[in-house]
Amino acid sequence: MSTPLLEVRHLRVEFPTRRGTLLALDDINFDIAPGEILGVVGESGAGKSLTGAAIIGLLDPPGRIASGEILLEGRRIDNLPYEQMRKIRGRQIGAIFQDPLTSLNPLYTVGQQLIETITTHLDLSQAQARARAIELLEQTGIPAAAERIDQYPHQFSGGMRQRVVIALALAASPKLIVADEPTTALDVSIQAQIIALLKRICKEQGAAVMLVTHDMGVIAETCDRVAVLYAGRVAEIGPVHDVIHKPAHPYTAGLMGSIPAMDEDRERLLQIDGAMPRLNAIPTGCAYNPRCPRVFERCRSERPELVSVGAGRAACWLHAQAPVSELEGAR
Amino acid sequence: MSRPLVEVKDLAKIFDVSPPWLNRVVERKPRQFVHAVDGVSFSIERGKTLALVGESGCGKSTVARLLVGLYEPTRGSVEFDGADTAKTLASSGALALRRRMQMIFQDPYASLNPRWKVQDIIAEPLREHGLIVGLEAQRARVAELLQSVGLTAADREKFPHQFSGGQRQRISIARALATQPEFLVCDEPTSALDVSVQAQVLNIMKDLQRARGLTYLFISHNLAVVRHVSDQVGVMYLGRLVELADKADLFARPRHPYTRMLLDAIPDIHMSGRSRTPVQGEVPNPLNPPSGCSFHPRCPHAGPRCKAERPALLEIKGVRVACHAVEEGRI
Repeated sequence: MSTPLLEVRHLRVEFPTRRGTLLALDDINFDIAPGEILGVVGESGAGKSLTGAAIIGLLDPPGRIASGEILLEGRRIDNLPYEQMRKIRGRQIGAIFQDPLTSLNPLYTVGQQLIETITTHLDLSQAQARARAIELLEQTGIPAAAERIDQYPHQFSGGMRQRVVIALALAASPKLIVADEPTTALDVSIQAQIIALLKRICKEQGAAVMLVTHDMGVIAETCDRVAVLYAGRVAEIGPVHDVIHKPAHPYTAGLMGSIPAMDEDRERLLQIDGAMPRLNAIPTGCAYNPRCPRVFERCRSERPELVSVGAGRAACWLHAQAPVSELEGAR
Repeated sequence: MSRPLVEVKDLAKIFDVSPPWLNRVVERKPRQFVHAVDGVSFSIERGKTLALVGESGCGKSTVARLLVGLYEPTRGSVEFDGADTAKTLASSGALALRRRMQMIFQDPYASLNPRWKVQDIIAEPLREHGLIVGLEAQRARVAELLQSVGLTAADREKFPHQFSGGQRQRISIARALATQPEFLVCDEPTSALDVSVQAQVLNIMKDLQRARGLTYLFISHNLAVVRHVSDQVGVMYLGRLVELADKADLFARPRHPYTRMLLDAIPDIHMSGRSRTPVQGEVPNPLNPPSGCSFHPRCPHAGPRCKAERPALLEIKGVRVACHAVEEGRI
């Protein structure tokens, strides 16, 4: 295997509060290979957006990286001074956020924002930057890009705005794009367009993507590998086909079962009782143990590490002793 | 067959979105109207679920509000159990009618008063309708309602912020059930929830329907959820119903090109590798909808007739479709 583009090693993010320190991300490990699309999935509060924010160096205070490291092409980026990180952001790591309206400045035209980003990172004149901006807008499928470049964000529809945001993220041809719920605010028909665009354009530019979403359908359509997060920990990580069809972790199995399917009829959906624990009350042992249908003694006392299961890895004591096939019955 | 519980005939709602009078005079702006709902007809049988699907701005929430009398229709009528809703709500029978239909809103964070205890929230309809007099009797009834949605009697003394999103939505359901209604209008009841929690809420809604013979109007943009809960499905586009069919028919043999497009746009979780027609275009501005069939600019089967003439909702092979191409047998 070639060297990964991004390595996240034992990442812990904490929020110091008056009532004690909350551990929001607890020992997160994963790699992203060049050109790969890694999905990060989980429910609200699982820490998926926080992982993205930690990578691009935009953790909101008082959140901070407590330990662990993040390496981009073998170079540590988690401890860089603000100014150096600012140069990496945009140049080497692009970001796409959920709400396209709030990630664009309403007081500047789309063109001004694109040209600013381009001239910050690339050594181009204003005229060259403008030409590049128009080219980017055309690539992202905005019709009549040469005219629309001088319009303001409010003159664009939601889907078009998200295309502009993608153009912004791609402006300096970064090697990695962190996309945090890029399609959640959009209608299904627009969502399909944006996903297709993101896939095509990353392939063309050879950019890797970390796609954060709660939508398993989007993951299935887009990603090569997927990491399932639960309560700030990686529950399972592996090739997307394996995780969806042969989930190794009971949480993943429950998550898949609770999604209404388009091609089968079930009277009742599989439901996971309870809710994700609050950060100040994460149970000892496996964080999922109070909701897990297959819980046993060891789960309550000892925290499972990620172990290899098939082509992927899962953090579950079931796999310390039993092969995957036993889990089939749990689905 | 018995009379349907809810019958909607040629329902329309036009909103006046004109600029203020002074702007109209000084800037010579014309009056502007949005046809939020434009000639929608359907009926819902007792104990059944009709789902309305469509993208943002298609008028599905307006239909919901028209049905429970939160808006007054501009044209057309809603008949509930044989009586015209608008007339009844203006007469002395208003309270009795309101008792029989209730609504569940999308956002459980906004629809519960944060300063009230759960006891007061759920007992409000009981007090308002004078159904149960006496504090102790009310408390007993609230406990019973909470248990029916999977919460406990002890939850009466808590405030909404102490609950997770899914639990709050269950409180809204308990409140809606307080008056023992026959008809529930659910406007995107699970859109704000995570999938595992969504499964809990959908299961509760189905159980309650079975136990109490409830009739639902279920509004959603998520076709997989709709497929799970509904008996009949209506697809809306720009204020009009474009297809109305039994669930099995609609998902197995979608007729209208818009329905096909919506179904095609759903990310395929099982990665069967089916080919997808790329979705084209975006929903047009409702202030200035296209002539004829409002879907024609995005439709691959559009002909000259579609641009000129608005298709009526016709019954074709047991399914009601508003499409010239289907009517002419072109698709």
